[in-house]
Amino acid sequence: MAKICTLSEAIEDNVRDGDTLAMEGFTHLIPYAAGHEIIRQGRKDLFLVRMTPDLIYDQLIGVGAARGMKFSWGGNPGVGSLHRFRDAVENQWPRPLAIEEHSHAAMANAYEAGAANLPFAVLRGYIGADLAKVNPNIKSITCPFTGEVLAAVPSIRPDVSIIHAQRADRQGNVLIEGITGVQKEAVLAARRSIVTVEEIVNELNPPSPNAVVLPHWAISAVVHVPGGAFPSYAHGYYPRSNAFYIAWDKIARDRESFTAWIKENVLAGKPEDFARHAVRHAANAA
Amino acid sequence: MTQDFTPTEMMTIAAARALTNDDVCFVGIGAPSAACNVARLTHAPDITLIYESGTIGTKPDVLPLSIGDGELCDTALFTVSVPEMFRYWLQGGRITTGFLGGAQIDRFANLNTTVVGPYDTPKVRLPGGGGAPEIASNCGQIYITMALTNRGFVDHLDFITSMGHGEGGNHRARLGMKTKGPTRVITDLCIFEPDPATKELTVVSIHRGVTRGQIEENCGWPVRFAKETVETPVPTETELSVLRDINARTKRAHEAA
Repeated sequence: MAKICTLSEAIEDNVRDGDTLAMEGFTHLIPYAAGHEIIRQGRKDLFLVRMTPDLIYDQLIGVGAARGMKFSWGGNPGVGSLHRFRDAVENQWPRPLAIEEHSHAAMANAYEAGAANLPFAVLRGYIGADLAKVNPNIKSITCPFTGEVLAAVPSIRPDVSIIHAQRADRQGNVLIEGITGVQKEAVLAARRSIVTVEEIVNELNPPSPNAVVLPHWAISAVVHVPGGAFPSYAHGYYPRSNAFYIAWDKIARDRESFTAWIKENVLAGKPEDFARHAVRHAANAA
Repeated sequence: MTQDFTPTEMMTIAAARALTNDDVCFVGIGAPSAACNVARLTHAPDITLIYESGTIGTKPDVLPLSIGDGELCDTALFTVSVPEMFRYWLQGGRITTGFLGGAQIDRFANLNTTVVGPYDTPKVRLPGGGGAPEIASNCGQIYITMALTNRGFVDHLDFITSMGHGEGGNHRARLGMKTKGPTRVITDLCIFEPDPATKELTVVSIHRGVTRGQIEENCGWPVRFAKETVETPVPTETELSVLRDINARTKRAHEAA
């Protein structure tokens, strides 16, 4: 049963030191506000799971909140490197980061297997690719019917998954539209889950009976955080801030400017700060 | 009638020409994305462009910065979840062509976007493979576009992120792959195609004003040239204006947000 609560309560109740944590959103609907709250609450030794670590995990890695990460593409999309991720892997700063690296296809399959309560996922993948040589969690299995050898990876079963969505109703049922990525699978694969939303409304009014709705009884907590996906975007609410993604390259490039940015924008910030990103765009659109 | 053009413009336009109206194309970000959209806006208006975020049949007005920009979803025929994208559409064998870029490539068109140096203690940690390992094996054929430089075209890859022709010859078939793999590599100086037997990349077309010496200087292995090479047709005015317009719209859009 979803508890509708504040972001600080949701993180306190559901995210613990040492947890395996998945924060999903494939470019779209990345739960940045929740990431900032985890940093403010000082969670540590997290094992992060995410297909594209993006800026949200660059921030968690840079503050030293992560002991390890499972991922499939660790760049700043269209811009270049994630400098905090690179510094952790190349120089162990601020602490070593154990990595478990996969392909997108394997991660997507592994989330789906987790949601389906299966122990592993099977795919026709990694053929001739060196990842299979360096990641012991990439194995093979022989099809009992045809004899074909296929790739197998363990399913993803996070302690807690966090996503952002457009709307929830007052019971905590959640509507997701646009690029839906692996958000549904991430929530259903996890023991606990938090969904931050742009709006809480009386009626979800899904545009079609096939729009993605997660029922309140499959979610632990729902939190109203308008603008909470900035600088990624919420389809129908505000666009991706490509300008911020470009600016992050300079902010994150050295340790001092990164640390100063975190201090000013995260440690001294609060969830309500994100609302201005949603509001500013609404004003521009008017 | 032709105008002046840059080597990068020649590369993008030569890459766009590889595509046809009938292609269902899985688009990599960066140079491939520009080429695929120039094809759509010139000679291949009915091409189906697919980005790994799940957007199918997309017609962006500006080039996306990421593979999941809202523009791609707004202009798509339909949008599916990422597991569905990789399972039904890519692994299901529905995609004729994958268009990839890369940080490094070798003479058999294997790509590295993972690490320079040893995997556990890398000199440079690159972003990784993303969708590429399965795009490379599951699409009907692969086109690759990247600038020809000594840093990019290397004699030996530290890491094979996605397999091209492996060790050459029939290596793909030996691993059970039924798809063609890389069939063309388009650079800013020339176009390579794999030799039919050995699968080693061979120069088949040279862009106007480029010498064999320049190609040899910028490639990290001893370059093979086809018995008969041709000159790549220069960009038409239409191709150039379409490319420049979409680049200008893209720059304005990315700076504004």
